[in-house]
Amino acid sequence: MEKNGTPVERLEITFKHPMPYEWSIGRYGSRFFQEIREKRRFIGIRCDGCGSVYVPPRRVCGPCFRELTELVPLSDTGVLTAFSVVNYPFIDPATGELRPIPYTYGYIRLDGADNIFSHLINEKDWHKIKVGMRVRAVFKNPEEMEGNIQDIKYFDLLP
Amino acid sequence: MGRRVAIVGTGQTYHKSHRPDVTSREMIREAVVAALADADLTIKDIDAVVIGNMDHFESINYVDTYSVEGSGAFMKPVMKVSTGGTTGSTVAIAAYYHVASGLFDRVLAVGFEKNSESDTTAAIITCSDPVWDRFSYSGAIPSLATEATAYMEKYGATQEDAAMVGERDRGHALNNPYAHLRRPLTVADIMASPMLAYPIKLGDICPRSDGACAVILAADGIAQKIASRPAWFKAVSVRHTYTWFGDSTDYNKGLVSLQRASREAYAQAGIKNPVEEIDVAELYLPYTWAGLKWIEDLGFCGPGEAARFVGDGNTHMGGKLPVNPSGGVLSTNCIGATALLRVAEAAIQIMGKGGKRQVPDVKTALATGFGGCFWSDVVILSAVRP
Repeated sequence: MEKNGTPVERLEITFKHPMPYEWSIGRYGSRFFQEIREKRRFIGIRCDGCGSVYVPPRRVCGPCFRELTELVPLSDTGVLTAFSVVNYPFIDPATGELRPIPYTYGYIRLDGADNIFSHLINEKDWHKIKVGMRVRAVFKNPEEMEGNIQDIKYFDLLP
Repeated sequence: MGRRVAIVGTGQTYHKSHRPDVTSREMIREAVVAALADADLTIKDIDAVVIGNMDHFESINYVDTYSVEGSGAFMKPVMKVSTGGTTGSTVAIAAYYHVASGLFDRVLAVGFEKNSESDTTAAIITCSDPVWDRFSYSGAIPSLATEATAYMEKYGATQEDAAMVGERDRGHALNNPYAHLRRPLTVADIMASPMLAYPIKLGDICPRSDGACAVILAADGIAQKIASRPAWFKAVSVRHTYTWFGDSTDYNKGLVSLQRASREAYAQAGIKNPVEEIDVAELYLPYTWAGLKWIEDLGFCGPGEAARFVGDGNTHMGGKLPVNPSGGVLSTNCIGATALLRVAEAAIQIMGKGGKRQVPDVKTALATGFGGCFWSDVVILSAVRP
């Protein structure tokens, strides 16, 4: 037997198999994607306790802890409240592949909503982007839509 | 009101980017053995264990059970607590609840992470909502960067202002033998480092570290027999918001979870003016802008005043309120241990065991945890039994 302290070749194991998952989108989340496909518009939901309009729509207002039911149509325009231009390579756990970079990630307050919506911004040069700019959603063509968040391609900066 | 509780011992590993020489169990044991030695206790003296790390990180479930050889929890009451970046501070607070409840006299709190064993960014992406946020989310760096863009727009702060925080923390790390990054970094170095996600550059962001931290808590009457200068819990506060990014990132309101957690903790501790009444702060600042924005949320200075407050040296060693004598998260980031290190380092300052990183005569120390989707924990420790 080797003695304690003798150098040992250090081995490691790598796990490489994909692990599929299946997530429920929920009642109002499903409606949100159906509205985009059929009417090319956003919907939110209003809390009759605090009056906040949330997008995406969900069943419960966290602060009030009340059930929400009042869906409201929203604009496809809004204001950029914050952004970042992602410029480092990383593996996307959803695909196991490198996600294409650079891309711009933005927080948007949609007109008519009280919370913020996160999505992509169609501009990679951070010098051309400013917090407070107006943005507009660009949707995929209906035949390309799959009922998920990428049915919205990105948001264009408005002049 | 629960029982009074104090920290009576701390232990931590020498942090590195990669510890291929040990398994995570073995790494945990290093911190636990150090904490027991610091308190002059044995594992037989420990009544219960609380342990945590990041969900999804090393792809290990049931970490409480997985880690028993390292934590010493074999056939003891053990619980896992995992709350994202706040894990370490929540572990400390859960251990505090154990002792304050009167059910356990001596409790071991453990946090650890071997970031080298997984893809940290991919693992963090799995914390975002899979339906709405995950496709565009790219880990901690860009979501923090969005806060920075909003802060710069609102207050006119510059990238150089933020870089002062990095220069400070990395300078402080030179005094901490356990820190991972122990090379000085200047504002100019940070400005010249590669842009990862505008406006965050490589020098603005925390590293990925392998490491573990252990803290021993004891009840009033026992703590005084174990430690000559125990670090008493004066206040704890946990505040979580949503997990959807759009619901926690109204930057006009600031980091609301930290505002509320700190105000509750100040009220519990009877603190009216934090800068005057707190002697040292170990803050979970994972990127440089946090060292500006979040000290405003903590009430160290007014909105938009942080660049001047930091620039005037108030938060450096020797300043009014030294921040991160350990070098902070920008120097060491073994994520599940990171917020517990803040609590441990705050306790070390109270106990007077800081060596070269010791702030003189610390009576009140503040520690924070940050994580998940802009969540906050706050702990206030005192040299004086409350």
